[in-house]
Amino acid sequence: MSIDRRTFLGVAGLSALAIAGKSSLVVLAQGGQREGATGIQPATRWAMVIDPRKCQKDQGCTDCIAACDKAHNVPHFTDRAHEVKWIWKEPFDNAFPDQESLYTAEAFKSTPILVFCNHCDKPPCVRVCPTKATWKREDGVVMMDWHRCIGCKYCIVACPYGSRSFNFFDPRPRIKELNPDFPTRTIGVVEKCNFCEERLAKGEQPACVVGCPEKALVFGNLEDSKSEVRELLRTRFAIRRKPELGTNPEIYYLV
Amino acid sequence: MFMFEKAVVGGRRYWTWIGALCAIIVVGFLCYVWEHEVGLGITGLSRDLVWGLYIAQFVFFVGVAASAVVVVLPYYLHDWKAFGKIVILGEFLAVSAVTVAGLFILANLGQPMRVFNVILYPSPSSLIFWDLVVLSGYLLLNALITLVALSVERKGVAPPGWIKLVIILSIPWAISIHTVTAFLFSGLPGRSFWLTGLLAPRFLASAFTSGPALLILLTLALRRLAGFDPGREAIRRLSLIISYTMVINVFFLLVELFTVFYSQIPEDMAHFEFLFMGLQGHAPLAALMWISVILAVISMVLLITPRFRQDDKILPVACAMVFLSVWIDKGLGLVVAGFVPTPLGHVISYVPTLPEMAITLAIWAVGVLMITVFYKIALSVGEGLAG
Amino acid sequence: MRDRGIIIAGLIFFIGLITIPVWYNAAAGTLAKGPDLKLPVEEKNCVAPVEYMRTFHMDLLVNWRDQVVRQNIRTFKAFDGKTYTMGLTQTCMKCHTSKADFCDRCHDYAGVKPYCWDCHIDPKLVQRSNV
Repeated sequence: MSIDRRTFLGVAGLSALAIAGKSSLVVLAQGGQREGATGIQPATRWAMVIDPRKCQKDQGCTDCIAACDKAHNVPHFTDRAHEVKWIWKEPFDNAFPDQESLYTAEAFKSTPILVFCNHCDKPPCVRVCPTKATWKREDGVVMMDWHRCIGCKYCIVACPYGSRSFNFFDPRPRIKELNPDFPTRTIGVVEKCNFCEERLAKGEQPACVVGCPEKALVFGNLEDSKSEVRELLRTRFAIRRKPELGTNPEIYYLV
Repeated sequence: MFMFEKAVVGGRRYWTWIGALCAIIVVGFLCYVWEHEVGLGITGLSRDLVWGLYIAQFVFFVGVAASAVVVVLPYYLHDWKAFGKIVILGEFLAVSAVTVAGLFILANLGQPMRVFNVILYPSPSSLIFWDLVVLSGYLLLNALITLVALSVERKGVAPPGWIKLVIILSIPWAISIHTVTAFLFSGLPGRSFWLTGLLAPRFLASAFTSGPALLILLTLALRRLAGFDPGREAIRRLSLIISYTMVINVFFLLVELFTVFYSQIPEDMAHFEFLFMGLQGHAPLAALMWISVILAVISMVLLITPRFRQDDKILPVACAMVFLSVWIDKGLGLVVAGFVPTPLGHVISYVPTLPEMAITLAIWAVGVLMITVFYKIALSVGEGLAG
Repeated sequence: MRDRGIIIAGLIFFIGLITIPVWYNAAAGTLAKGPDLKLPVEEKNCVAPVEYMRTFHMDLLVNWRDQVVRQNIRTFKAFDGKTYTMGLTQTCMKCHTSKADFCDRCHDYAGVKPYCWDCHIDPKLVQRSNV
């Protein structure tokens, strides 16, 4: 049987399309945002409750930031354009633009608000990542895979909170103290707070929580009705950042 | 098969042009090597403004690529014979523009070597995945169409029946590439500047005015340089189309301005204020944006007046104004303004650095080189038949 | 065949030229030896048999990477029943303490440049920088 070149190429091309098409259909069928989503409520949903007024007790304290930077080899860049930060302080009006007022309560006008990744329930950053280098884990942590990230920065564009940082330069030379228990990142990838998932795996609390001398940060499991976070949320009024966007952030700020 | 032998025959002017383009490409490429080694920190981008000149140019050139449909649709679906000679030029422009757009994406990646992860780990929830799908498809469609068109012209045979289906497919596909590119921006809850249903229509309107304007300029240049005449009727109809689409483009901008400034929502107004007037002393784009507006108004007036539109000296000026106006608006303003103020309400500035501009220039030069080679081949095939 | 002589002479010259690496090094006694690895002194067993590790340690590490990062599975049961925590710096380099004396030896010989250490820390770096 003789086949001419055009027919052969046509059949080969269609076959390749058919093979490629199948895997796309499989992925489309899976969809969803949580890896391993089964439709059953997960037994763990990590969240953090922060009391900003406890942060005022020692003005200028940055112990939580220092603890995070050390635990995760976060590089230190002096120019704001290229800085990499996982947790930092913002003025109240910047952290909560929807609560902006000329008459903000005195207690909050000068209170620094600790901001970091909200580990949203419906994260826009996860939706937009083209390689699934960031995804939402069953227990609520929005994870990063620095091996897979292509540095497109779409997640930074999508994040409504500005929680993510891009490595504009090689971070290694800018790390103050190298911690061998955690890898550094490489140039050209995006990083953010990872809820200390490597510490959670060992049953430890996040570094910022442990590092705070005033116990202003409380971390716990929202699915456990007896946890300290649930107790705080039951008894105190808490706000979240930009809740109207539907991202359902899991960082609560007590007011 | 690709008839490249037609592109290596040329006079001194041709080779000087090719040489200049190659020089620009080499310089830009060296800058890119530097960017790849040292990091994207050598551009003007910053932590809160991560998409700048590269991505804005990507958006603009996807629009140029999509605009091929303005000549393809009337010719193939409605038998506008007048467009007969420029359809292939439009399709070649599409191939070059998509390639340029893809190169801008690569220039913006922090880890370009890992770009195949997008194919290895498909993420259908991500618009970048779909953009890759539709842009690759569009590139393949147009490459196939132009290849077949040139082959049949050279051999003097009728085109095969199936190519008509491919061409018909390329029409909605052209609309889809620019719609998907708009969806990249218009579905993000945290970026109110882009969070409008009107973004995709705005993209299409500005593409359908700037792309054909460029096509008119290119065909007029070919008339001057290579004695190629697309016909008065083709130019007349194309210029009529861009006059309508320019009006729609301006109308869409005014409509956006009304919603933003009548509602008086501070977050929404702030982005426009940054663009046109600056915020907290930062106004890097204000001058350019006003130039864009003035050019848009003048060119619109010139185009809708038949006396000016049909004038051989005024039409190219109007087309250049249209192109420049949309280039500023879409190729700079649109993307940058989405980031300022930042999600935390800070005001930052953005100015592309010299290496960034050199890389941009080099990528344009790649597109121009492709257009030069393609048009040389196309014209040679046409001349070969005539002579 | 008038040019038979030239052709044969040319062929012999060409073959001689192309086999220079072999006979020159054989004559000078510098034929490449295998890589010279410095093995750990205390531990005698790795997480998998030596032959397996030699061929598949890259696959093993990639599997470890995906299991730890993407599935939150952190313990590995070795072939001899022992459990290890999966991690390059934490586990592999606890025994293979010197990247320069172990890892680099084979990698340099084979001309490969794995990018693991762009992020994962070589313990020797920590000792030097935190002095």
